Amino acid sequence: MSEDIWILGIHMTKFGKHPDKDVVDLAAEAATGALADGGVTMAEMGVLAAGNLMGSAAGIGQQLQKQIGQTGIPVYNVANACATGATALRTAVMAVKAGEVDYGMAVGVEKLAGAGLLAGGSKKAEANTWTPTGRYGAVAGIDGRVGTETMPGVFAQIGMEYLYEQDYGGTAFELFARISEKNHAHSTLNPLAAYTKKMSLEQIMGDVMIAYPNTRPMCSANCDGAAAAVVVGDSTLKKLSSEQRRRAVKVSASVLTTDPWEEACQVLPDVNTLTRNAAQQAYEQAGVGPDDLDLVELHDCFATAELVHYDNLMLCPPGGAVDFFESGATFRDGTTPVNVSGGLESKGHPIAATGIANIWEVCHHLRGEAGERQIQGATVGLAQVIGLGSACGVHILEKGAA
Amino acid sequence: MAEQIPLVDYLVLGDDSHLIAHECVACGARFFDRRNACAACTATDFVTVDVDPNGTLRAFTIVSFAAPGIPVPYVAGVVDSAGTSIRANIINVEPDPEHVTLGMKVKLATYSIGTDDNGTEAIGFGFEPAKERT
Repeated sequence: MSEDIWILGIHMTKFGKHPDKDVVDLAAEAATGALADGGVTMAEMGVLAAGNLMGSAAGIGQQLQKQIGQTGIPVYNVANACATGATALRTAVMAVKAGEVDYGMAVGVEKLAGAGLLAGGSKKAEANTWTPTGRYGAVAGIDGRVGTETMPGVFAQIGMEYLYEQDYGGTAFELFARISEKNHAHSTLNPLAAYTKKMSLEQIMGDVMIAYPNTRPMCSANCDGAAAAVVVGDSTLKKLSSEQRRRAVKVSASVLTTDPWEEACQVLPDVNTLTRNAAQQAYEQAGVGPDDLDLVELHDCFATAELVHYDNLMLCPPGGAVDFFESGATFRDGTTPVNVSGGLESKGHPIAATGIANIWEVCHHLRGEAGERQIQGATVGLAQVIGLGSACGVHILEKGAA
Repeated sequence: MAEQIPLVDYLVLGDDSHLIAHECVACGARFFDRRNACAACTATDFVTVDVDPNGTLRAFTIVSFAAPGIPVPYVAGVVDSAGTSIRANIINVEPDPEHVTLGMKVKLATYSIGTDDNGTEAIGFGFEPAKERT
């Protein structure tokens, strides 16, 4: 039986626009912040796992070392779409769990402010003669001709498909807009969120339509940001100060899955099965159930995605996501507060940072340090991210008793 | 008559234009792309099968914001054709949620994408609302 893993230190930068900082500045701020939070230095780190999706080829881990400490430790530069941050953390956790190192650090960073629409646009410069190319033998671009590759459009369909399966009789647009309204309201209490303004339902529904039913505020906010965490095992934590032990947060479950084959999964990405599998494994690892969760940070890359993950994470009975939301359960004063940080729609989504920043949010509450937005008495929380392609990371965190 | 070429190789043009799929001989999983093996069961033998041109709209979105050069708005969706899911645009319909609805019956339709320098016409496909029975 391998030892328990703990978050010793964790930090996130303010999400938003950082025109005066490059990705290395942001990564350094998060990494040194996490080290200081944990009361340790680069000298103790045995492994560094780092992600910067938009610059995957550049080696953000080594770039970061060159600014904050070249100690010669192994670097794993990871990329797993929007699950990149969770993948970096998983990598550090595995190294500590395997007993290869005492301390591991994970960093995720992205600069996306003003990036506009992501993905989609496989439209190639069209040739003068039709020539079949690629795995579909296409003679011209297929994005926009054979369905859509845009993320807002893909996730719109995922939400709509759920409503179809549940035979929902209401107005889809308004339902999803109300989920977004919740997250924008939550963000007003989060000083690190990219957007902290409350938005009315009318404002959300009246904003620019991106891909029905997702308007602009119902899409994740492109912004700059970074987050980092330092992890240790039981045996290391025991040697540290009482203050370090008191603030350490237990990683009760750390799971990464990919999508098993299902009919249609190569037609419209199936974000459900792998999330459900990850959640199932995480609950088993942690020995807790959905009812034990005091807060959940889930991957609301679009308002249409949040709904399906209520069901995938088993926060509600199968098929019951709409009723669950309508009950008020996922509001900050509800039974299972979801995205009290404001979520990706309002806090923002600097891709590789997201999978660590959501864990920072949960840790912040479990440590009782969340200030105005503190969920009182929080002892167990769950953080989920999904990277299309697909990869799903689920972590369950528990208040320390080390 | 000018020659025609399908937008994608799984569209078969003719009097009854239709889609084809690679069906795994071992497990029956269907795929539209060139295959190395079956993602469901790892077998490597496939047969080509015709896909029913009639289906039901399982999911859709109306894309208003796309990459440069792609005309908007357009309706993208997933059509369930007798158990085979197909990614496609929904065409020959007003692109709004009053005219496009979950569960609507649709059927395959083709349209011209354009003609190249050799005079060859590329033909795309989509699904259009199936005519109401009267």
